[in-house]
Amino acid sequence: MAGLKGLKKKRRVQVLMVAALALVLSAGLIGYGFRDGINFFRSPSQVMESPPAPNEVFRIGGLVEEGSIVRGEGETVRFSVTDGGAVVPVEFTGILPDLFAEGQGMVGTGSYDGRVFVATEILAKHDETYMPKEVVDALKEQGVWEEPEPEPES
Amino acid sequence: MSLWEYANPVKFMATSGRILPACAVLAGLVTLVGVCWGFFATPEDYKQGATVKIIFIHVPAAMMAINAWAMMLVASLIWVVRRHHVSALAAKAAAPVGVAMTLIALFTGAVWGQPMWGTWWAWDPRLTSFLILFLFYLGYMALWAAIDDPDTAADLTSVLCLVGSVFAILSRYAVNFWNQGLHQGASVLRAGAVTGSDTEEKVSNVYALPLFVSMAGFFLLFLALVLMGTRTEIRARRIKALEARARMADA
Repeated sequence: MAGLKGLKKKRRVQVLMVAALALVLSAGLIGYGFRDGINFFRSPSQVMESPPAPNEVFRIGGLVEEGSIVRGEGETVRFSVTDGGAVVPVEFTGILPDLFAEGQGMVGTGSYDGRVFVATEILAKHDETYMPKEVVDALKEQGVWEEPEPEPES
Repeated sequence: MSLWEYANPVKFMATSGRILPACAVLAGLVTLVGVCWGFFATPEDYKQGATVKIIFIHVPAAMMAINAWAMMLVASLIWVVRRHHVSALAAKAAAPVGVAMTLIALFTGAVWGQPMWGTWWAWDPRLTSFLILFLFYLGYMALWAAIDDPDTAADLTSVLCLVGSVFAILSRYAVNFWNQGLHQGASVLRAGAVTGSDTEEKVSNVYALPLFVSMAGFFLLFLALVLMGTRTEIRARRIKALEARARMADA
C-alpha cells in the first residue's frame, strides 16, 4: 500500500470510489448468487414444490398449525408446519423449546421422506413483539386480545 | 468554527480533555439508569418471562458494535482522503471498544437463544455475519499491531475497514435481505416505524423506554472510551516523536 501514500488527494478519492464500487458490486453479486443457500430454512411450499431426497438433511421453517399438535406416547410430538400455502406434517422426539406453541414460528432440522418430516432438532422462532404479561392477561380477560400476526414466511 | 480544526492534535486534546470527564460521568449514569430500570423495574414478558431483560444489554451492545465499525469507516476515509492523523488514531482507538461490544452482543445472544430458540448458536445469516464482523475486528487490531510504520498501518487498516463494512452492513440488514432466518427482524427501529407508515406497537413502551435510555448510555460509553483511547494514542505518538528527537540530539 505504498501506493496510497504517493498519490495526490484527487487520485486517492478516485481510488476509494472505484474500490467502494467494486466492493458493493461483488457483495451484491455474491449475495444474489447465494440467495437460496444463505436462507436458514426452506418453507413448506418450497419443500412441496421440489421435495428433497429422503436422505437429504435440511431445515424447514414456518408456523405450527393451530390445533395440529398431537403428543404421542413418550416424548414424540406430531404437528404440522405451514406457511399459508402448503402444510407439512412433522414428527419429533425430544425436548421442545419454551417458545414452541401453536401459531408460533419454528425451524426444524431433519429429512422429509415424502410423507412426514422427521425432525432431529426443533428451534422456536421469536417474533418482534414484546408485551408485559399483565397487559396481555388483562386484555385476554376483556376478550380483546389478538395474537399478533406473525410475518408471513415467503 | 470548522470540524477540521480538530485535525490539529493540540486543539483536539484541549477540547476532548474538557468534554471527557462530563461524558464519562454521564455515560456511567445513563447506562446505570437504563440497565437498572430494565432489570428491576420492568414486568415479565407474556411469552419470554424474565428472559426478556437480556434485551437491555443485547440490543444496545449489538447496535454499538455495528455503529463503532461505521465510525471507524468514516474516520478511515477521512484519513485516506485528508491525511489527518487524529482521525486515523480515533479509528484505531475505536476498535477495542467495538470488539468488546461485539463480544457482549454475541455472548448475551447465546444466553438468550438457549432458552428461547433452543440453541446457543445457529448459522443464521444475521448471526453468521455478526461473527464475521467480530473476526474483522480482531484482524483490524492485529493489522495495526503488525506494522511499525504508522502511516502504512493507517492506510492498510483503512482498506481492511472498507472491506469489513460489508459485514457490518450485513449484520444489521441481513434479516431484511434473507427473511428465512432464525433471528427476528428489528423491533424498535423498523423501517415502517421510523417513516411512520407502520404504527403498530411491537415493543410495549414499558420495554422501549428503558431500552432507549440504555442505548443512549451505551452510546455515551462508546464516546467516552473512544475519546480516552484517542487521547492515549496521541500521547503515545508524541512520546515516540520526543524519543526520536532525543536520540537525534544524542547522536
